[in-house]
Amino acid sequence: MDFLNAIILLLNYIFVPALAYGSQLALGAIFVTLIYGILRFANFATGDMMSFGTMFTILFTWYFQSVGISLGVLPTALLAIPFAIIFMIGYMLLIDKFVFKYYRVNKSPPVQLAMVSIGVMFVTQAVVRIIIGPSDRRFFDGEKFLIKAGEFKEMTGLNEGLAIKSTQVITILVTLILVSTLFWFLNKTKTGKSMRAYSDNEDLALLSGIDPKRIVMITWIIAGILATIGGALYGLDKSFKPFTYFNNMLPIFAAAIVGGIGNPFGAFLGGYVIAFSEILLTYAYRKFFMYVLPESMEPGGLVQLLSTDYKFAVSFSILVIVLLYRPSGIFKGKVL
Amino acid sequence: MSFFEGNNMTGGYGKGPDIINSCSVKVDRGEIVSILGPNGAGKSTAMKAMLGLLNLKSGTILMNGKDISNLSPQDRVKEGISFVPQNRNVFSGMTVEENLEMGAFLIDNDYKLIIDEIYDLFPILKEKRSQLVGELSGGQRQQVALGRALMIKPSVLMLDEPTAGVSPIVMDELFDHIVKVKRTNVAILMVEQNAKQALNISDRGYVLVTGENRYSGTGKELLNDPRVRSSFLGG
Repeated sequence: MDFLNAIILLLNYIFVPALAYGSQLALGAIFVTLIYGILRFANFATGDMMSFGTMFTILFTWYFQSVGISLGVLPTALLAIPFAIIFMIGYMLLIDKFVFKYYRVNKSPPVQLAMVSIGVMFVTQAVVRIIIGPSDRRFFDGEKFLIKAGEFKEMTGLNEGLAIKSTQVITILVTLILVSTLFWFLNKTKTGKSMRAYSDNEDLALLSGIDPKRIVMITWIIAGILATIGGALYGLDKSFKPFTYFNNMLPIFAAAIVGGIGNPFGAFLGGYVIAFSEILLTYAYRKFFMYVLPESMEPGGLVQLLSTDYKFAVSFSILVIVLLYRPSGIFKGKVL
Repeated sequence: MSFFEGNNMTGGYGKGPDIINSCSVKVDRGEIVSILGPNGAGKSTAMKAMLGLLNLKSGTILMNGKDISNLSPQDRVKEGISFVPQNRNVFSGMTVEENLEMGAFLIDNDYKLIIDEIYDLFPILKEKRSQLVGELSGGQRQQVALGRALMIKPSVLMLDEPTAGVSPIVMDELFDHIVKVKRTNVAILMVEQNAKQALNISDRGYVLVTGENRYSGTGKELLNDPRVRSSFLGG
């Protein structure tokens, strides 16, 4: 019985939240890896592009709520996402046309493009703050829990409850659908394959007649979809605050690099590697040991390796270790 | 007049000095023509000029009597000119079959039949069709590179050192394949370091020195020419 309680405890506080958080990171990491693989620069505006897409999701959610449209038990934001994606893609294509294109045509070195993306980051950040402001916003509505902790306890008779938030389930489901569609697109369709070819060997792709302009456009469209959905899911599950999104860039980059930058599947798994590491290392295991150890060996402290304030230190350490010992990532990607 | 010809080409890369001077290269369908010469003679440059990878100061490129000097490399590919670069000539992160599909990118209708033809030409590729090209041997990779270039059913095939870095046995095998391709009525232009072997299978050859035509003739003539022998073929 105690053993079951211990497992439920871990599921509730580590496994389910990490799976949801990992999915959100995975979408961001695939975004980073696609831009790096095809447009060949590290996009520092990632976090803020995600917050830009989320901002539009929130604006549309408010609009739908004001005219009385809702999805019942599901959050209204799901209805708002497709409209937000359209605006996000428009914004990205606009930025590409007026900012990134110039450096790409002049064949600027990747470092220069990365610096340019920092400029884009500042501008995007400012635009988001002007439109929606810097404060913390919740835009979730509908049914909050799929399984409530109390109901679970009653059902099973255990001491520990397992709460599953509907946003967690939505996050994981949407991520799985989106990522499998993306992999199908990249591996099975002619356009997807030509994107991989362009990422693999740009000169040969040109010699094979692949049109670089089209590849760049499709890349931004996919990036817009990923950024908006990833950002909106994170905002639904936690809350929307522009600064948090900017901070999330570190775990997102860590995920992309752990997975081997330029490798979308690696980035997908990298998101979970980072999420699980962060949560496993910052969880206080006291209660867990109380269940599994005999009473005489009960731990005195919290048995927490790191305070949750240090969760970014975890992704940062993983980033440094991977770059030092395996710069091509766990799954083979390009060497940075 | 030949099927594909570059006449009096002069030019270099970017704003740099001229690398080729009034250099002329001609090739007909069903013919293998080699461009030979010492290092830095402008062999690859002459070939790249014919593909449109550098801006010519003067000279014309004609294909089937049509002036294509002002077309971009991509448009020349659409005209049926295929090029196999010396380095990085495959998509190493993709499978053999995907490499061939990318070669057929410009073909809108079904290209499955062409893939089968390529597999008939290079049986080893059929065996390794779903393997990543990066995991293949050097000789097999060159076959993938050739196969990819043949997917558009080119009328002109340009090869930049197809046997660079492969063993002598694989080299002979590759040359056999190139002869097979020639028999499908393709005009083949190649730059080679292995001059003797290349001339053996070539119908004609050009020897370039400092970007100018020095000697030209049939493969046999050049092989037996004492001046060519002493300077490039090692006596």
